[in-house]
Amino acid sequence: MIKNILNLGDAALYCDFGIEVNKEINTQVIRYFKSIKKENIDGVNNLAPSYNKLIISYDLKKTNFEIVKKIIENLNIKKSDNLENKKIEIPVCSDEEFSLDIKRLEQKLNINREKIYKNFFEKEFFCYMTGFIAGMPFLGDLDKNMRAERLETPRVKVPKGSVGLTEQFANIYTYESPGGWNIIGNTPLNIFDSSKEIDPNLINPGDTITFKRITKDQYLNYNE
Amino acid sequence: MNNNYFEVKRSGINSTFQDQGRNNLYHVGIPFSGAMDNRNYLLSNKLTANKLNYPVLEFAYQGPLLKYHGDKIIIAITGDVNFTIKKNNNLINGTCYKSLILENGDELDIISTNKSVYGYLAVSAKFDLEYQWYSYSTNTKANIGANNGKKLEVGQKISISNIKKNLEIKKLDYRNTKIEKIRIIKGTNFDYFSEKGKKTFLEKEFTVSKLSDRMGMRLQGPKIENIFENNIKSEGLVKGVIQVPADGNPIIMLSDHGTIGGYPKIAVVISADYDKLVQLTPGSKIKFKEVDLRSALTLFKMYDLETQNLISQI
Repeated sequence: MIKNILNLGDAALYCDFGIEVNKEINTQVIRYFKSIKKENIDGVNNLAPSYNKLIISYDLKKTNFEIVKKIIENLNIKKSDNLENKKIEIPVCSDEEFSLDIKRLEQKLNINREKIYKNFFEKEFFCYMTGFIAGMPFLGDLDKNMRAERLETPRVKVPKGSVGLTEQFANIYTYESPGGWNIIGNTPLNIFDSSKEIDPNLINPGDTITFKRITKDQYLNYNE
Repeated sequence: MNNNYFEVKRSGINSTFQDQGRNNLYHVGIPFSGAMDNRNYLLSNKLTANKLNYPVLEFAYQGPLLKYHGDKIIIAITGDVNFTIKKNNNLINGTCYKSLILENGDELDIISTNKSVYGYLAVSAKFDLEYQWYSYSTNTKANIGANNGKKLEVGQKISISNIKKNLEIKKLDYRNTKIEKIRIIKGTNFDYFSEKGKKTFLEKEFTVSKLSDRMGMRLQGPKIENIFENNIKSEGLVKGVIQVPADGNPIIMLSDHGTIGGYPKIAVVISADYDKLVQLTPGSKIKFKEVDLRSALTLFKMYDLETQNLISQI
């Protein structure tokens, strides 16, 4: 549960759930996030859940730190509350032209590419958070021997749909953006759909994700 | 087809439509956005007798050159802006905080912002824009919001509708002042920094770098020494957060910031000083001053009261 509530500036609450990054702590963050979202607390205008923190922004014209803090402290959030998470399969093509950093990964991890792919495509991932850029999911956890650091020099442009690895996480670039993750494939699926009025994200915190390897032909002919 | 429109003859450096911003999407990865200088945004709408939450055109440094086609309208420009209106062959120097009449064929040339970054153009009508997630604000990095999420482009048309018939001239006696001390509240990682680092942050002067935009403002100055950890586990951000990466140079998060960050948060700019902070041009010198949460709240109430007073004077 929340270990400590601090102020982050004058217009946000900083709820600290601990320092480790694991599913248990993150599940609590998500549980709070979902409950607070449903509460529609007067003056609260944004929630930013992450691995082990939840930041609650509010409109200073309507409320203040002390009021929101009291409301959060008095919330009755049960550990058994269902997270209503989804299971989603993401098609990914790992042909050479999409798997931009596979050579680097082979060298850094000292594992050959087929083993890297096998490990990646057999893994079940958990979505810890979404953000940084719109809709980007942070998916964990990669096995210890699959963890590589970011590129020394980030790419100026990572293509839309790229699937990247860094440390214990996989992510998906929802649109073209600068970035330094090790790219191992590309998905034809639209992960972030800005035309959707509600829920523009395909993947949300708490969801379970698996990746399915597809061929270049399937990639090119992919129909959502 | 709408007959009233602006033709964009020069786009300006970063001209975007903005309103009060977009709520409740941080968790998706979408920041507030909205007008950088909220007070000047509100004043531009009041000067054109609009609802205060109407979208307006925000420009930075050099603004657009717009040729107007259509029925008479009232416009107003706020900020510290140098602009002219060409009527037939007469060139009229524009005055900020005073509404002006534009007629068919007039050219509005927003030449530059003076010793500031942002200015605002409002019209006594409604810009025909797409609403996205309850806001017209444009986030050009994510291509979200009005104008297909893009900056103005040369050659495009901006159509307007619902032109108000009452062409009353309004004005306000107001002058923007430059801020020298930015007031802050200590951040959640303040103690990651050495005593010397904290002193450097609170006492030394910093310079606003050229690498500043709607996402963030980078500062240069003496290195702020971190003795604990140069990175934290990525977590949420809010506008005004000051992060210090390993190189020791602070970055202030502004309205279009990425929603998650992994650098220690040394401080957060108080809400009352945000409008003036964003107007600091590259090369400006600033110092920080620490205040507590209670003072920040009082200062915000004073700032808000002053804004309401200005609005009521129009």
